[in-house]
Amino acid sequence: MIQTAELLKVFQQYRGDAIVIPGRGGRHWVNVSTSPTLDAPLGDPAMGGHASFGLGLALAQPNKKVVLFDSEGDVLMGMGALATIAEQAPGNFYHFMLDNECYATTGGQPVPNAKNIAYDVIARGAGYPHTFAFDTLQGFSNNIKAILDLPGPVFVALKVDPEIENEPIGRRARWQTRTRDQAVKDLQRELGITG
Amino acid sequence: MTQAQEAHLSPETVMGEMKKNGVTHVVWLPDSETNWLYLLMKADPSLHLVAVSREGHAFATAAGLSVGGKTPIILIQNTGLMESGDSLRGWGLGLNIPVVLMVGYRGWTRHGVTQDTAATYTERFINAFGINYYLVENDEDAARISVAFEEAKKTKRPVAVLVGDEYHGFNR
Repeated sequence: MIQTAELLKVFQQYRGDAIVIPGRGGRHWVNVSTSPTLDAPLGDPAMGGHASFGLGLALAQPNKKVVLFDSEGDVLMGMGALATIAEQAPGNFYHFMLDNECYATTGGQPVPNAKNIAYDVIARGAGYPHTFAFDTLQGFSNNIKAILDLPGPVFVALKVDPEIENEPIGRRARWQTRTRDQAVKDLQRELGITG
Repeated sequence: MTQAQEAHLSPETVMGEMKKNGVTHVVWLPDSETNWLYLLMKADPSLHLVAVSREGHAFATAAGLSVGGKTPIILIQNTGLMESGDSLRGWGLGLNIPVVLMVGYRGWTRHGVTQDTAATYTERFINAFGINYYLVENDEDAARISVAFEEAKKTKRPVAVLVGDEYHGFNR
């Protein structure tokens, strides 16, 4: 399994001027990103929606790469989004999925059939033209440049360390450095969106 | 006793309101009554249709479009709106998305007694979320759609249009 922080450090080297939705990797990405005004560190507005949000942003900004770090729990909740994304076929959308096989924020309970789901196969079956799966940092590192050079949508399943949280939600240290509103405003300003 | 409507809401009128308000993307899932509207939307090159497989996805998709500078409308049935509760909360309200929800009011019977619990709970559901809404039953009511767009933009919140015209999708 891959350490999410290390994976994101590798990705940052190839990020370019892509918009990044760090999703469940947000707590590490805030320490890695060198372009925070192109990030959308929204945390978790509602589970199951990140892929759809990423699609909307990719459709709205076709000239920018949009990179999402989704999670397997979210993908399972909103699996039909894969069909919509494949149909819309945004050439600028790169859909990475951090699969820690569990619901880390609720204490690490396994997701259904955690060890036996091939999400890259599901994405290919839904119509994504390019799908990959990695469970080592080396494998990811060796392929990330080529992946980002492909036309999207691309789906990449990544097995990562669980990083289970056993503190009650109200006692957890916040990793966000900006409110959601501020992060959205900063992104829109960077993209030249007014009104 | 059910009071029948004497006029109807034409899909051309709905299209006109969408275009008047600069809608770029229609994020939708067909309801029991949007057939002809769909055909009109599909034929219009200025509208980009995004078909979702469950209505909750529409809120997150619309949020992404709106954050990215586009003007989406969400077109779903009241049943799907109710299914979408947490997505409406988190992606719609939580991100202050100024989006109009065009909601087919299945089961609406004006002054009659409805047999359809989808209608029974629709306004209760919307009120629970504090979302303002306008009822549109026929072409004469259509100006309320623009009111909804203006309000969504001004308040940076979702605003609903309840389409209470039975068979509106099948009217020509």
